[in-house]
Parts: sequence; C-alpha cells; structure tokens
Amino acid sequence: MIKIENITKTYGSATVLNIANLEIPKGQSFGLVGNNGAGKTTLFSLLLDLIQPTTGHIINNGVLIDESEAWKPFTSAFIDETFLIGYLTPEEYFYFIGELRGQNKADIDALLPEFEGFFHGEILGQKKYLRDLSKGNQKKVGIVASFIGKPEVIILDEPFANLDPTTQIRLKGIIKELANNREVTVLISSHDLIHVTEVCERIVVLQKGETVKDIRTSTETLKELEVFFESEGMPKSQLG
Amino acid sequence: MLKHFLTLEWISFFRSASFKSNLGIKILMIFGALYFMFVFLAMGVGAYYIIKKEGWGDPLEVVNQFLIYYLVADLYLRYMLQKMPITNIKPLLYLPVEKNQVVGYSLGKTVISFFNWSHTFFFLPFAIVLLVEGYNPTGVIAWQLGIMALIFCNNFINVLVNNKDQVFYAVLAFITIMGACQYFNLFDITQYTAPLFNALYQIPLTALLPWVMLFALAVSAFTYFRRHMYLDAGLASKKSVAKTEDYTWLNRFGNLGTFLKNDIKLIKRNKRSKTSVIMSFLFIFYGLLFFTGGIEAYDGPVWKIFAGIFVSGGFLFSFGQFVPSWDSAYYPLMMSQNIKYKEYLNSKWYLMVIATIITTVLASFYLYFGLDAYLAIIVGAIYNIGVNSYLVLWGGAYIKTPIDLSSNKKAFGDKQAFNSKTLLLTLPKLILPLGFYALGHYLINPTAGYIFVVMAGVLGFAFKNKVFKMIEHIYKKEKYKTLAAYKQKA
Repeated sequence: MIKIENITKTYGSATVLNIANLEIPKGQSFGLVGNNGAGKTTLFSLLLDLIQPTTGHIINNGVLIDESEAWKPFTSAFIDETFLIGYLTPEEYFYFIGELRGQNKADIDALLPEFEGFFHGEILGQKKYLRDLSKGNQKKVGIVASFIGKPEVIILDEPFANLDPTTQIRLKGIIKELANNREVTVLISSHDLIHVTEVCERIVVLQKGETVKDIRTSTETLKELEVFFESEGMPKSQLG
Repeated sequence: MLKHFLTLEWISFFRSASFKSNLGIKILMIFGALYFMFVFLAMGVGAYYIIKKEGWGDPLEVVNQFLIYYLVADLYLRYMLQKMPITNIKPLLYLPVEKNQVVGYSLGKTVISFFNWSHTFFFLPFAIVLLVEGYNPTGVIAWQLGIMALIFCNNFINVLVNNKDQVFYAVLAFITIMGACQYFNLFDITQYTAPLFNALYQIPLTALLPWVMLFALAVSAFTYFRRHMYLDAGLASKKSVAKTEDYTWLNRFGNLGTFLKNDIKLIKRNKRSKTSVIMSFLFIFYGLLFFTGGIEAYDGPVWKIFAGIFVSGGFLFSFGQFVPSWDSAYYPLMMSQNIKYKEYLNSKWYLMVIATIITTVLASFYLYFGLDAYLAIIVGAIYNIGVNSYLVLWGGAYIKTPIDLSSNKKAFGDKQAFNSKTLLLTLPKLILPLGFYALGHYLINPTAGYIFVVMAGVLGFAFKNKVFKMIEHIYKKEKYKTLAAYKQKA
C-alpha cells in the first residue's frame, strides 16, 4: 500500500529523517514509536504531503504523493488541532468532512451513533464550537472524523495522548476492529508502548530519524521495547 | 519587581515574530512613523495659521468645536487596535507576585502606549503657537492639561469597554448620526460640546474636572481588573453558545456549496472576519466622496472608474486579499483532505463574485447621482469580477501571515501583508483600469472608456480556466512554504 523510498528530510545541516526503504502492506496496522525528535511527526507529515522531502519518494497505493493529489480520496488523518476547524460545532465538522468525502448528512447521522461510547456524551449536542472544547474532546472529534468516508489509509499521530482512561480503552477497541478489517491500513504513532503493542501487528522504532527496529508484534515485543528505550541515550559502556 | 516586568517586556519585544520580519519592511515602517510624526507636528504648528487665513474664526474655538469628533475617532481607533493588558497576565498568576502589582503594572503599561503620547505631536506645538500668538498662558496650559487628561480617559474607557461590542457599536452609530446631522445642518452636537472645551481655556480651574474623571476611571479600571483576575472571570475567553446550522439550500452547488457554507460560518462566527465584512460594507459609501464633488482632486473623469472599482470591490479588497490566510488555523486539514486545489480556489472565487454582485446591487442608490455614476460602478464591478478577483487570489499565494480569527487586532493593515509582491499586484488592480478608461476617454469618447474597461473584464472572465490553472500552479509551488509559515503564530 505504502512504499517509502530513500526518504530524507534535512533542515539546514540537520537530517531529521532518513529512511532507505520501508513498505507497509495493505491492511496492516502499523505502529511507530520513538522518543521526542525521532521523526515520527515528520514522517506522517511527509505521508500527507504537508512537507516536502529533501530526497526520495513516498508512493501511496501507486500514487506518487508529492506529484499527484490522487491519494487524497482514500487517505485520511488526524495529526493535531490544525486539522480541526475551530468555529464549527462537532456535528458541522463531521458533515463538512463527510461532504468532502462523498457522504451526505444521513450517512453521517447513521455513522455517529457507532461512536457514542467513545464520545462519552461530551461531543454531540453540546452547543459548543470546537475551539471551546477541551483538548481531549477535540482529539475525539478529530479521530472520529478521520474514520469518515471509508478511507483505506488512516494516519493518527499520538491518538492516545490527552485522552482519559475510559476513552483510551474504547479507542483501542475501535483501532483493533479497524485492524481486523484487511481493507484498511492504519498508521499510528505513540509514546505509550503498552497501547501500541496491543493494537499494532507491526512496530517500527525510529531513533534520530532512522529506523532501528522493525518488529512483528508478539508477546515479547513489549519487553523488548522497554529494554530498548531504557537504555536509549546511555553511553555504550554502561550497557554491559 | 518592576525590574523583572521590564526585562520581560524588553525580551518579548525583541523576540517577537514581527520584529524579525525583514529589514526592508522595518525601514519602511520607521519612515512611515517619522512621516506621521512630521505630519502631526506640521498640523500642530500650521493649524492655527490655516484656520486664521481661511477665516473660519478663532483657531482655538474651531479646534474645540471639532474636538468631540477627534476624541471619538481616537476611541474608535483604540478599540480596534490597542492591545489589552490582560493578555499576558496568565503566567504571572501563580507566581509569588501580588495581584495589585500585576494589575497596576498592566494598566500602567497601557498609559505609556503610543496611542496616548502620539497626540502630543499635535497638541503641544498647537499650544506653543497659541502662547506665541498671545493667548492667556494659564488658560492655554489648563486647556492643554485638560485635553491630555481626556485622552488618557479614552485609554481607560477603552480598557473598560473592551470586548463589549454592543456598547461600542451603539456609541459609534450615535456619533455617525450626529456627524451626518451636522453635515446636513439638521442638528449640531458641537454647539453643546464646544463650550465645554472652551471652558477649559476660559476658566482654567475647570481643567481639574477631566483629571478627576481620569482618576475615577483609572481607579474603576483597577478595581475591575483586580476583582476579575480569575481564570474563569475576567481572564476567561468569551464562549458563545453554538448552534448547528445546515444551509441546506447551498447543497445544490455540490462541493462548491460545502465550501461556501463553511465560508459563511467563518464570516459569521469570528470577530476578525466580521470586522472585515463590516469594513467592506463601508467601502460602498466611499464613492460619495467622488460623486458629490466633495473633494476637488477627485473631479477628473478618470476617478469615476477608481470609485467604481472601490465601491463594488470592498469585499474583494478587505476579505479577498487575505484568502488562504482565513483558513490558516486549519490549513493542514485543507491540504490533506479530499479537496482539489482547484475546487478550493474556485469556491473562494465564487464567494468574491457573489459578494461583488450583491454590493453592486446595494450600491444602486448611486443612481441618485445620475446614470453615469452607477454605470461607473457597474463597469468597476465587471472589472473586479473579470480581472481583480484573479489578482487577489494570485496575491494571496504570497501572503503568508496566519490570521488569528478570534482577535480583531491588526485587522487594519497588517504590516506583513505588505510585501513587495503584493504591492506590485495592487498596480494592475487599481491603476490599469484607470489607464484603460483614460485611453478610451481621451482618444475616442467616455463611452469608449467604459467599453475598454468592460472588455478587459470580459476577456479575463473568458479565460478563467487558463488563469485558474496558472494560479493553481503558483499555490502548489508555494504550498509548503505557506504551511510552514502558518505554523508559526504571529
């Protein structure tokens, strides 16, 4: 589905991302972990053509991302609050995204009840604009909006951060369900190793812009990641 | 403590994003500031002699007569432009600083604002000339001090009424009506206010009154802020009750309707965009200056077209010129959603065309000044739709200033909006149609002038697809730069 070829991103003399080759097959649930500054958001921004690669290409379902806009109909994402329109109510926002993706109001009205548990009664019918919602509730809106219109690729940057425990658990359920659907490729980044090992079948670790681990998730994965991050940044001599 | 505050202030000034804008703009701004200082100074010195020479009466009394409008205009400008002190208080709340000190400092900061001392450039030289011309020194000094107090009163009134739109627009409407009444000799408010200002000179002791007023206002501003210095009170941002709106009648336009719906909500629900639209409405009346012969310099036939462009293009200029910036807060969404650049630009174009048509219909009252006047407006509208709408969109690609929708500050002339490319683009917007008209008017006849301008508009309209392709290409080229620029908050 997604092919990353020789991608580098350089700002001045600092290379923030350098991936020689990475392929994500259709239907995979893909997890990206790494410390701050590892290049997770940079990679996701490149996938959405929000920044320009210094070298290399990304191909999404046969579409060269930085040359054609044809990837947009089947790709959706929630990166941060710049994906929300502050002066709309949540309902209006869902309808807006829906209309862009060929879903009419009735389709959206039929879809939203599925997420009632996830919203926890704090989103719909609140008489509030998105800009007046709390950070966590804004995130819920953004995440659900990225599920609208049957996208084939869903990109979520740190979806678990800022959510309350109940919502985190419900979100895990939703993502697992998406992962079971072999038509949808889900890309997630997270700082929370437990969540990401639970919902992703494959985990890639980024360190200073490079892929240092590419793991098929198993029962040992969490332990392996914990050991890795515990020692990250420590001088070699102390590792023993 | 004061020392800490001042260092913070110093640092925030020199590290602000706007200070780091390019050198050319800075130099231009300094020249601008110097120019205005010079103009004010010259006015201060010259006002006395001009009034005398024109025989309007006693210069001091003439100034006093119009002082009420001066003060109201000052208040209006402040309301629109002056920054409120509360914005930077939040991080200080939980630090070991006494609240009284924080409030005192914040209010003190407004006192030394440019909005207060700039008036000195006019009033001080004017007072000096009065003294030189043999006016009673005590009277002049009392008058000067009284006016100063009134200007500082404005400062605190502005602090108190900030964000109270209803009060503000009510006052504005009242004064506008008063001004109109005076112009048409119906009722003259200055007859009642002028004696008050004259009294400052004639009875020097009355100058104490404005100072008492100032003191009262300062104290009430202080207590008001002291009392409301909580996150959920005075420092809370206003939240309005939201209503979901459908505008289903726009659905028939497909994707275009989706964007138009959004743009209507954008305009309705944000302070900054609302101000822009109100301003564009005022443009409609700009033509009065031309067609009533109010200003001699505008009597040339070519100026009719200039008026026509402005009257019908108010929305185009005030809203259209910031086109991608209105969406700056969620530009990454627009760029990654299922939206083609062409559709996005097209919807903005339609918005401008619709607004231009509505304005042209509204402006039909110019028929009162003759068919020729309204014809000029229609011709201007055609040029606006056929040529200027593209130019505005084109210029927008280069304006990379994010717009903070919730705030009105900087609504007038954002300095970063003036870069060399956008300046160059204003030439064809305004000068070119004048040129076309002049060509026809002087070579053949006035009708030919109109036809030339209309032709330019129609030609532009005919080549829409081609032009759009070009503009789309420019937007795509600038996309990454624009995204990066919008990320930095001003």
